[in-house]
Amino acid sequence: MSSTATPAALSGRRLPNVWDIAALCCVVGLLVAMATAARGTLVPLDALEATPIDLDPGRLPEYAVRTTLRMFAALFCSILFTFTYAPLAAKNRRAGLIMVPVLDILQSVPILGFLSFTVAFFMNLFPGRVLGLELAAIFAIFTSQAWNMAFSFYQSLTTIPSDLDEATKLFRLTTWQRFWRLEVPFAMPGLVWNTMLSMSAGWFFVVASEAITLGEHTWQLPGIGSYVAAALAARDIGAVFWAIGAMLLVILAYDQLLFRPLVAWSARFRFETTASATAEDPWVLALLRRTHVLRVAGGMVERAFGTITSLRLGRPAAASRQRRERSRLSDAAFAAGVALAVGAALWQVVGYVSGALTWADLRETVLLGSLTLLRVVVLIALASMVWVPVGVWLGLRPTWARRVQPLAQFLAAFPANLLFPVFVVVIVRFGLNEDVFLTPLMVLGTQWYILFNVIAGAAAFPGDLQEVAKNFRVGGFLWWRRVIIPGILPYYVTGAITASGGSWNAAIVAEVASWGDTKLQAHGLGAYIAQATDAGDFHKIVLGVVVMSLFVLLFNRLLWRPLYAYASRRATLG
Amino acid sequence: MDATVAQPLPPQPLLQVRACRQAYHKDSNADLVVLDDVNLTLQAGEIVGLLGRSGSGKSTLLRIVSGLLPPTAGEVIWRGEALRGPAPGIAMVFQSFALFPWLTVQENVELGLEAQGVPRAEREARAEEAIDLIGLGGYESAYPKELSGGMRQRVGLARALVVHPDLLLMDEPFSALDVLTAETLRTDLIDLWMEHRLPVQSILIVTHNIEEAVLLCDRILVFASNPGRVAQEIRVPFPHPRNRLDPAFRQLVDEIYAVMTRRAPPAPAPVAPADAPFAAQLHHVSTNLLAGLMEALAGPPYDGRADLPALAASLQLEADELLPLGETLQLLHFAELEEGDIKLSETGRQFVQSDTDDRKKLFAASLLAHVKLAAAIRRTLDERWNHRASAVRFRDELEDHMSPDYAEETLRAIIAWGRYAELYSFDEEAQQFSLEDIEAAA
Repeated sequence: MSSTATPAALSGRRLPNVWDIAALCCVVGLLVAMATAARGTLVPLDALEATPIDLDPGRLPEYAVRTTLRMFAALFCSILFTFTYAPLAAKNRRAGLIMVPVLDILQSVPILGFLSFTVAFFMNLFPGRVLGLELAAIFAIFTSQAWNMAFSFYQSLTTIPSDLDEATKLFRLTTWQRFWRLEVPFAMPGLVWNTMLSMSAGWFFVVASEAITLGEHTWQLPGIGSYVAAALAARDIGAVFWAIGAMLLVILAYDQLLFRPLVAWSARFRFETTASATAEDPWVLALLRRTHVLRVAGGMVERAFGTITSLRLGRPAAASRQRRERSRLSDAAFAAGVALAVGAALWQVVGYVSGALTWADLRETVLLGSLTLLRVVVLIALASMVWVPVGVWLGLRPTWARRVQPLAQFLAAFPANLLFPVFVVVIVRFGLNEDVFLTPLMVLGTQWYILFNVIAGAAAFPGDLQEVAKNFRVGGFLWWRRVIIPGILPYYVTGAITASGGSWNAAIVAEVASWGDTKLQAHGLGAYIAQATDAGDFHKIVLGVVVMSLFVLLFNRLLWRPLYAYASRRATLG
Repeated sequence: MDATVAQPLPPQPLLQVRACRQAYHKDSNADLVVLDDVNLTLQAGEIVGLLGRSGSGKSTLLRIVSGLLPPTAGEVIWRGEALRGPAPGIAMVFQSFALFPWLTVQENVELGLEAQGVPRAEREARAEEAIDLIGLGGYESAYPKELSGGMRQRVGLARALVVHPDLLLMDEPFSALDVLTAETLRTDLIDLWMEHRLPVQSILIVTHNIEEAVLLCDRILVFASNPGRVAQEIRVPFPHPRNRLDPAFRQLVDEIYAVMTRRAPPAPAPVAPADAPFAAQLHHVSTNLLAGLMEALAGPPYDGRADLPALAASLQLEADELLPLGETLQLLHFAELEEGDIKLSETGRQFVQSDTDDRKKLFAASLLAHVKLAAAIRRTLDERWNHRASAVRFRDELEDHMSPDYAEETLRAIIAWGRYAELYSFDEEAQQFSLEDIEAAA
């Protein structure tokens, strides 16, 4: 199993332009607006605190099911969002100008930082009801998936091969038919891969978003995440291990029943003209394909799907007429609209910030951000030094690669925050330095992305090049420098950017930890946001989130994307 | 016997193209004309070929006829009415087959019917019929990637025929196939056409293969490049099935070669080949191929002069591959093209007899003397204190005179030739020309 598609975050422009700035303003304005709307709505929620989490392991199956249901509710919303946002951005030139950068920036916003606003916001919509809290948790997971999925779909839509595009036009397929016969199938491999990666990351967020503390209030939704939170508060390490066990089973089921079969199934949509060697079907897919009853049922579903998707909704595409004058006029109208939105956003932000924040606050957050940046860089470097050699060794040995690859993907999906308590207990017991020893938690879950991408890269390394290296007795350091590192670079960068993005997010929960009444805290932007959330200080949360988004954005644009572009240019012939 | 010619012409033509012009608008400069003043009338019962080099606008014309591309000026009359967008009754077969890899053969063929809202049962029956007609019976449930190229193109043909189009458009349908497969497909197509088993009234086929055009078509429009236009219309008087070895057939192929080389040079050249102006489009052909062609020309059977069709056949090159080579040699004054022949010049002979270093020197001298772009690049580098120049500037200047694709090809050609001649180096990462590694050699 190789990485079948690049993560959406990797492609795109490097240098920011005016639309990026407009998009940035809009996103920040939106955050501020949500925070403003959320303020002072925290009162009528006490009812929820009455249902405490039961630490009896017998309740865990129920909690696990509820956690999983939240996950799927979010997935459903993300798919709906993807199928509306991306086509709009791809087909409407003007809308795309602003919608694409917005998506790009939303991808860099740390999801956990923004949890506090969304909780307050949804609680405000459904005062005093659990529904608000449920929606907030689902929204948090949604935000961890939707941007990535929409971006992937958008990219597929803009790279549809022109001959297929012409064929659908000539046969006069309606927009509806075209969507289901051409656009969705073409996007399928990338979309499924990105969805599954986002979903893997989503387990982390579902766990984090179930137990929410905002100001003096703590709310808990029944689920594995809040079970762990309760166990922490009660200093019950046994319960923590029960929760880890339950999560292992959930992830195992997700991995076997969903991830693997879906990725294998989506291979049939891969746009290639030659039959490539296909991997063996995962057992679930084999079961579905070969069991008679299931096949008949599947056939009926397919038939129904075929009938619905061949409905002649919408119109066939007409040849594009040139209407320069009119489009110029509406261009101006559109630009004015965007300018207005940006102006409104700026007004919001300035009004909000000038009330409570000073330059000193900004200085502090930038300083803390640099500390967190340092952590991320050091950790990614350390993780690379460990996992690149291991991954290369494994990847060049096909039998090993086949065995280890699924394990690495499984580990990447496992929500590492469930493991934090174990580390915290050790740190507390031995009185270790928080600034140093809380740090590894950030890559606990994300290092696996480096491993499985490097394995995929080494496994795909051309055999003839390996033979050349052997033939000329290229060995030792020269072999690493000239042969294998450049060969796997695009794969490594793909893994490293996913890992570093995940680490930024993890910072918010990893730089602060607690064990009963003992609080551990490292210095960093993540801790700053977590603290502000604890204190219910919306101004500081907004500032922290915005600064962190900027760090992520700049880090991606200035380091990863140029590196990826360079790697993929260099690693390909012709 | 020859039913297509014997049929009385219907009073109303099937399709008419009137004074079509296609130009791309450029902000700074005059429009780039791709297709200029093209007229075409298609009658029911005939196969018409659009023959020309790549970039002569023949594919553009096909897209205009299909309704995919609205012409900048002029109009297309289809069944007596102006054509607006893709119309029912016109179907196309693509060079790349354009099959949907996620649909089976059956589903691919049904696509056009599905779009028309034909009920499932009828759809399946008609698809079955088309699949059988085209010799694909038994492959219904296969996916395209399981099929060979020839089989894939049969699917493409079945998909187009199943909607019973009056006009079948074919965009270089056999050029992605190997020689043997292509020939089988051509023969099958003509057989079906002669037996009136194709549910179509007329076929318009784009090709760059001269023999293919003579083999299939009743009428051939030969296109000239820059701007694309119809250079000549040629009737093919032979009955089907045609024999490639028939002297009359060979004669016609020769004549068409002459037509295509006569008008082809970048600038309409009077007698001596003109030097390329700064912004002339160059063909990105390998210097190895150029040298190889000159060696072949100098060798025994030709002794410096060869008939293009014969040369193409013996080198197994298509006209579309051989002509850019010939024109590049002509541009560099290594050879001359005239009336379907190619003649090695004195410099060309010298080149063949030289060793590697002298060949490079000859090539460099020729580039500097006859290709203004190469000379300009070298001059700029000599003038600059750091001997570096960005490619962007040259690309921009080229794009003022040609489409971005052609500008890119021209630039790649000038980079490759300059590197061979050791006139300058090029840094791909920085997109810069420079004199690094050059001065030591010079």
